[in-house]
Order: sequence, then structure tokens, then C-alpha cells
Amino acid sequence: MARALARRAVGPRPSARLRRVLGSRTALVALLALLLLTLWWLAASQGVTGQRLLSLAVRGALLGGILALGAIGLTLIFGVLRIPNFAHGDLMTWGAYLALFGLTLLPAGPPLAPFSFGAELLVLLVLVMPLVGLTGYLLDRLVFRRLRARRAPSVILAMAALGGAFLLRSVIYLGWGADFRNFYTGRPRPAVELFAGIRVRPDQLFILGLALLLIFLVYLLLERTKMGKAMRATADNADLARISGIDTESVIRWTWLIGGGLAGAGGVMFALDTQLRPEMGWWLMLPLFSSVILGTIGHAYGALLGALVIGVVWQMSTAFLNPAYGPGVAFVVLILVLLFRPQGIFGKPGGT
Amino acid sequence: MGEASLAKSLLLALPLWFLVARALPARLPWLARAALGAAAGWAAALAVTLVVPSGLMAYLVSFAIVGSIYAVLALGLNVQWGYTGLFNIGIAAFFALGAFTSALVTTSMPSGAAAAFSQQAFGLGAPFLAGVLAAGAAAGLLALLVGGPTLRLREDYLAIATIGIAELVRLVFQNERWLANGPQPLRGIPQPLACLVRDAGCGWLPAPLAALFDPLAPRDYPYVYLAIATLFVIVVYLVLERAIRSPWGRVLRAVREDEAAAAMVGKNVARVRLQAFVVGAVIMGLGGALYAHYMIAIDYTHFDALYATFLVWVMLMLGGSGNNRGAILGAFALWGVWTGAAFVVDLARPLLAAISSDLPARGPYLRLLLIALLMLFILLYRPKGLIGEERFVSRDSQGQDG
Amino acid sequence: MALLTVEGLTTGYGEMEVLRSLSLRVEPGRIVSIIGPNGAGKSTAMKAVFGLLKPWQGSIRFGEREIGGLSPDRIVRLGMCYVPQTDNVFPSLTVEENLEMGAFVLSGPTKERKERVYELFPRLAERRRQRAGKMSGGERQMVAMGRALMLDPKLLLLDEPSAGLAPLLVDLIFEKVRDINAAGVAVLMVEQNARKSLELADHAYVLVGGSNAIDGAGRDLLGDPEVGRLYLGG
Repeated sequence: MARALARRAVGPRPSARLRRVLGSRTALVALLALLLLTLWWLAASQGVTGQRLLSLAVRGALLGGILALGAIGLTLIFGVLRIPNFAHGDLMTWGAYLALFGLTLLPAGPPLAPFSFGAELLVLLVLVMPLVGLTGYLLDRLVFRRLRARRAPSVILAMAALGGAFLLRSVIYLGWGADFRNFYTGRPRPAVELFAGIRVRPDQLFILGLALLLIFLVYLLLERTKMGKAMRATADNADLARISGIDTESVIRWTWLIGGGLAGAGGVMFALDTQLRPEMGWWLMLPLFSSVILGTIGHAYGALLGALVIGVVWQMSTAFLNPAYGPGVAFVVLILVLLFRPQGIFGKPGGT
Repeated sequence: MGEASLAKSLLLALPLWFLVARALPARLPWLARAALGAAAGWAAALAVTLVVPSGLMAYLVSFAIVGSIYAVLALGLNVQWGYTGLFNIGIAAFFALGAFTSALVTTSMPSGAAAAFSQQAFGLGAPFLAGVLAAGAAAGLLALLVGGPTLRLREDYLAIATIGIAELVRLVFQNERWLANGPQPLRGIPQPLACLVRDAGCGWLPAPLAALFDPLAPRDYPYVYLAIATLFVIVVYLVLERAIRSPWGRVLRAVREDEAAAAMVGKNVARVRLQAFVVGAVIMGLGGALYAHYMIAIDYTHFDALYATFLVWVMLMLGGSGNNRGAILGAFALWGVWTGAAFVVDLARPLLAAISSDLPARGPYLRLLLIALLMLFILLYRPKGLIGEERFVSRDSQGQDG
Repeated sequence: MALLTVEGLTTGYGEMEVLRSLSLRVEPGRIVSIIGPNGAGKSTAMKAVFGLLKPWQGSIRFGEREIGGLSPDRIVRLGMCYVPQTDNVFPSLTVEENLEMGAFVLSGPTKERKERVYELFPRLAERRRQRAGKMSGGERQMVAMGRALMLDPKLLLLDEPSAGLAPLLVDLIFEKVRDINAAGVAVLMVEQNARKSLELADHAYVLVGGSNAIDGAGRDLLGDPEVGRLYLGG
């Protein structure tokens, strides 16, 4: 404290002023823009055409939609419960595999042109989302709630989340093995041209549409319903929420149901777009956390924005980098955010 | 069996000597303890080698080697988590980096026909110890790079960043062929002291000792490696026990107990945490080197988050974090559970096959399920683990501080 | 019968005892003030009453009902609301949403209740769509009090309502407290600003070292040299 008092007497040191400037929101936005420009330049120097880059950017936006489904759930859980849900990726995987299981039960109908999936997948989507939400809620009820009651430090809760992740993954491994799977095999998935020579698959447009719809529903929930506002309130200040009479256990329950549900949808979408494998969720965790931290923890719209940025950066980097390094690029963005402005785009300055 | 037994028992005696010496009451002068420990340890080792059938013996030796490697990793994690409270989910990064560094330093560049199949960035053909040192240094350097920006952030952020590092390191070793032959395995990692089991013998060994080790055959090499591995564990353990009681260790514990108070007294909290992070990482790198020279061939799949990170965490939690003996105990205990579970799953094959024809092949995942449940169980019902945290008084405190 | 009766309350944090055998009463519709030097345990007393702290010994009764150890969300339903000293609004919610949160335990529409709060605090009515986090200290205090009033409590607990406010705002806040009380709400208030709170209070307790030192009618204590000796100054 003596040091802090001394500092106040002298005024902020130049390095502190510099950090404040570097930590401002405009600086972060400028940094991200600089990153995008760097990627563009790197790709161009490798001879990648502008058209392909634009294509990648569009694909990045689509990927961002999928990521957003996971990121919004993750940020809600992070905000309300104050734990980094390391099981979130595996909840997404769980959703995808539940849908896969469902496909074996439901009769496979003809594909809904121009998409590659049939109506049964839509039915499964509606069924899987609450199931994954329920899984998340069970995890909380059986594990986290007990730890909360014991006032365990948040690191312990994070460890429990890690344990939950491996638990889910082991169940998936047991049920389906380690091989790659697909929802549908042998169905052609041709790309169509959108505009300016950009080609996307119709499935991807559906995914983006669905992601936007779900995000809009989350928006309605958070802005218009009592429970949504209570969720935002609890994320702001859990103690005050309790003092106001808000039933925080109910808020927590809903947070898991919604967060898990979104994760399930995200998992199904990702599997539809690419394929299923047991590690897919864990593999997505890095981009998810990058999106959440970039967009400020607890901020649902921030998570959406962050996911879009991460998606675009990721896809554009594939122009000159091995696509396997995608999560690595997301990691670089994360490190940059943590270095300059750890509270994210919408956070308060000086706080984390 | 009889001829090689003497040599084998001598090699086995090393860990047993240490265990017995530690178990003896501390009131005895250390020389007495050492002598007694040596005698009793060797006697026990001899008894074991003579009595236990060689098949089972070979299994136990390999069990003990892997247990020792994990023990080293758990000790490294204990420095980071048990003593400093850092949540590192990227153990695999330091483990892998250490392993690959030691491999690259001790192997030679492939030449001739082999060069067509295997690439590596460099190969110094250096001796084992050089590889080990390089492994520790590389891991420590990575820790320095990663820890600098992230350690001053919340624990959650550190955890996330370490996940990222582990993934990144793994991706690099998977995709960069020129570096370490990824994704193909990097082979030909030399075995230290292999000359002991070869006919020619070790040139530097004096004649009477050479005669002692003469009966050993190449298939007895694991005994040699066991001695090396347990030596690593013992050295790391002793160093850490000293370190935690030193002034540096006191600051570490003070920071963990009450960071604000420690900062007020002027301790540079960030620097101490970084030091602990690096020390832990160096130890993990050493573990990596130990692993590489045991496996002879390594590739990126050996270092996935499950085996290299998650298992080590459960080991530390099981044994008791904040306790070096707990770390070692937890490592061996969980490794025992893991391998034991493999037996059980094997036995239950017919039952599994009855449920589903796919299940028997997925036996390993049943073990994973078990371990995950165990971890949750520990967190919920016995967070202290088996031994619990060590409560101790510093060597030279004598009531001066505390 | 008193609205709130505290008898022999002993409690603290961890192993540290803060309150020792504290006793006080709040009659219905009265303003009661707790004053005392720093560290005397004033805020602790309030937290114990509202269920944020478990009492070790003694009883806390709201009406006839023993409430010692009940959780805040139960107490809120009984008709007692609490305004903490700091972090007393939800910063990312608007003023209107903050008020709505105050009425969470009710299931009906909140429009009328909000209107009543806006009548009391016209400044909030103008800014109802503004994020609470962007408001000044005084406005935030009003939001916090408004939120607590949404349930028409019988007893309002205020923890240092004037803390950190400019003198003009302090007067305004105390005026509002008077208005709230005029509507029939009893107020139990912890205050650093002893003089002003004694002017307002019907009854006041001086807390020193975790237990009662003196108590009496607010205006009487103002002139009491004993109180001045204990610590007045402001």
C-alpha cells in the first residue's frame, strides 16, 4: 500500500500511461485490424488471389457463426458461474454424437434440397439441444454445486470441469470409438456461387442462418425475459443478485440449460460442416476461449463478435498456413488480447 | 537366472536403498542410515531378484520405470501447483519439448538410405546427460516465454494459455517434418549405459565391476534404466525438498498463502511465481528426456492431453498436492490403478463383448472413464489426496518468521 | 410489538468476533440509526440482520418470527430489503432493469411499482433506459434504493447511504429517506455521518467495540456530550 500511495503522489508513471493507451479499446481494434492486414499481406505474398481471400473471409464468417454458438454459452457460464467451463468443448462433441445416435434410430429421409441433410436432422437438433443442456445441468448439480456449497476456490471448480470434460469424452470413446464419422455418407455436397466468385456450400448458409436465429433468440431471452435479465444481473454481481432476492440456483440452472443447449447446437453444426471425431470439441476450445476473452467474459454479444473475428482470422490464415494450425492462430489472438487488454473489447479498463 | 541376479540386484538396490534409508528414524546419524539402507536395500533387492519369476520381474521393472517418469512429472507439477498455486494444463508441452529436445541432441543426423525416411532439424550425437540438460533448458525457456505475459493474469487465464501452448507444441511436432520427422516417429534415440548389457562391456568400467555386469544380457537393460530413472526421481526429490525449505521456498509459500501480504512485505510476487513456473517446467522437461530414452522412438501422439496432462494431474491430486512424497506416491499409485485396470478390463472382455462387439477394442477408454470418475471423486470427497499437504518448518527459521 | 428485535447478537468473521451481545429494536414506521467509530461493527450488524452473516449467539426477530440464519432471499420475501454500501447496482443493466430485479420474487407486472419509485426519484424516470454503470454516485444510490423499494418492504436497511457523496447529494439522499419513511417504511440505517443521521433518526444506537454503548432519541443524542466524547466529529 505504501507503494500505491507513493505512486499517487507522483502521478502515473510514463509506462503506466503507455499501458493505458495500449489497453484502450481503439488500440485493440487497431491491433486486430493490423493483424488482418498482416494476414492479407502474407497471403498475397504467397500468391493467393484476392478472390480466394474474400472467399476465405466469408467462410470465416460462417465458421464464426458456429463458434459463436459455443462461445455464447461459454461466456454465459463464465459470467454467471465464474468458472472457465473446460467441459464446454466436450459438451459440443456430446451434442454431435447424440445426433449421430439419433440418426441411427430415426429413418433417414431424403435430403432437403439443396442441403445435404434431411428433415430428421432438424428434428434431432431440436431434441439434442435440451439433452445437452440437461447434461450440463447434471454436471453442475452433481459436482459444481457441491463444490460451491463448500466455498471451494474457483480453480478447484475449473479442475472439476476438466474432469467432466474427460468423463464425457471417455463415454463418447466407449460408445463410438476413436474413428472419424459423418452424419451422412455418400451425399454430394457441391458448392454454389454466392457473388463475386465466392463459393459456399448450401449447408454452410443454413448453418449461418441457424446460428443467427439462435443468437437472436438468446438476445430476446437476455433482453426481454425476467430470467434473462436475472442472468445478466447475476453475471454482473452475484452477491447483489442474492440480496435482491434473485434465486441464484435457478439462474445457474438456466445458464447451464441454455449454455449447454447452444453448445449442443454448435456441435451438431460443426459436425455437419466437417465431421465427427471425439476430440473435436477439445480442439475447438482454444478458439472458443479466444472468442470469449476477446469479447469480454460474460458479454454475450462480445462473444459473438469475438467468434466472428476469430473465425475470419482462422480461415484467412489457412491461405498460407497449414490448416491444422488454425487453433494456433486463435491462440495468437488470445495472447495478444491478454497482453494488451485482458478485459476484452467491452470490459472496463484496468479490470479483468 | 542365477548369474545375472547379482548384477540385477545391485541395480535394483539403488531405489530400495533410498527408500529404506528414508524410512529409518531420523535420529540416527546419516552415515548409519546410509550404510544400513545400503545393506538392507541390497539384501531386499537380492531376495526379490531370486524369488520373483523373471516374467513378472520384467513387468514390475517396466512398471517402475514408467512410474518413475510420471513421478518426475508430478514433482514438477507439484512445484507449480502444490507450492505456488499455478494451474498448468499444458504439462504435455514441456514434457514433449523435453523429450524431443533430448532426442534431437543425442541422436545423429540420419545418413545414407535412412535420410530418405527420417528428417530432423539437427542431431548432435551428444551423450545422454547433454540431452537431459538440453531438455530441461528447452522446457525452462518455453516456460519463461509463456509465463512472462500470462502469470500476472488470473489463474483461469493461465490455464487457458497453457492449454494453448500444449496444443501448439503438439501441432508443431505433428506437422513439421523437418523438425523431428513429424508425424512419423523420431527413432534411434540412444539408450544410456547400454554398454553395461552388451558383450563388449563399457570401456570405462574397471575390470572387477565389468565382470560383475558381464552376465547381463541386452534384455536385462530395463534394470539399468530403472536405476537411472529412480536416480532421477531421487535427485529431483532431494533438490526440491531442500529448495522448499530454503529462503526461496519460504517466499514461495508466503506468496501462496497470502499474496497481498507477501507483496506488502516487498516480495516480488510476479518474479517468484515465474521462477516456480520455470523450475517446474524444467523438471517436466527432464521427465521428457527420461521418457524419450526409454521409448527409443517418439512421436507427437505420445503427448496428448490425456496421458501427458490429465493423468499427471490426477496423480498429484491422488497423492496429495503440496507434498513431494505425495507426488511420487500418487504417480505410482495411479499408474498402478491404470495398469491394474487394464488387467481387469482384459479379464472382463467376454462380458464387454456380450454387451457390444465394439467394446473390447475400446477397453482403454473404460480406464479413462474410471480415471475421470476418480478425479471427480477426489475433488468432491477427498481433496487432500492420500497424504495431504505437508506442514513444515523451515530449516533455519527457528521462530524468526512464520 | 417491535418490527425488528435484535437481542444479544454475537457474531463475526471466521474466528474474529466483531459483535458482542448487541441489542436493538426498530419500531414500525420509525427511522433508527446506528452510528459509531470505524470498525465498531455497524455494517456487520446490518449484514447479520439481513442473513449475510450467521449469528453465533443471540436472536434476531422480524415481527414474531425468528430470522437469525435465514438466507437473504427468504428474508426479502418477509418484507425486509437491503441496500449495500458499495457495488449496489447492476452496472450493465439499465435503471429500469435494475428496478425489475428488485421485484424478482414477485411474478406479476412491475409497472406500478416502478412508477412509484419514479415518483420518488424523478431523476431516475428521466434516465430509465440508461445503464446503471454509467451513472454518477448519487444517481446510483438512488437506483440502489429504488431497487430495494420495489417490494414495498416494511423495513429498509441502508448501509452508509451517504458514503462517497458530495454534501449536496447527502442532503438529497437524506431527504429521500425522510420521504420513504413518510410513506410508512421503517428504516434501519448505518451511517458514518453521525450528525445528519442523528437529525433524521427517531431513535439511534451508538455502537462501540461491537456492542451498545448508548442509545436514545436521535435529537437527544445530538446534544449528549457522552456521544461527542465517544466519537462525534462527523
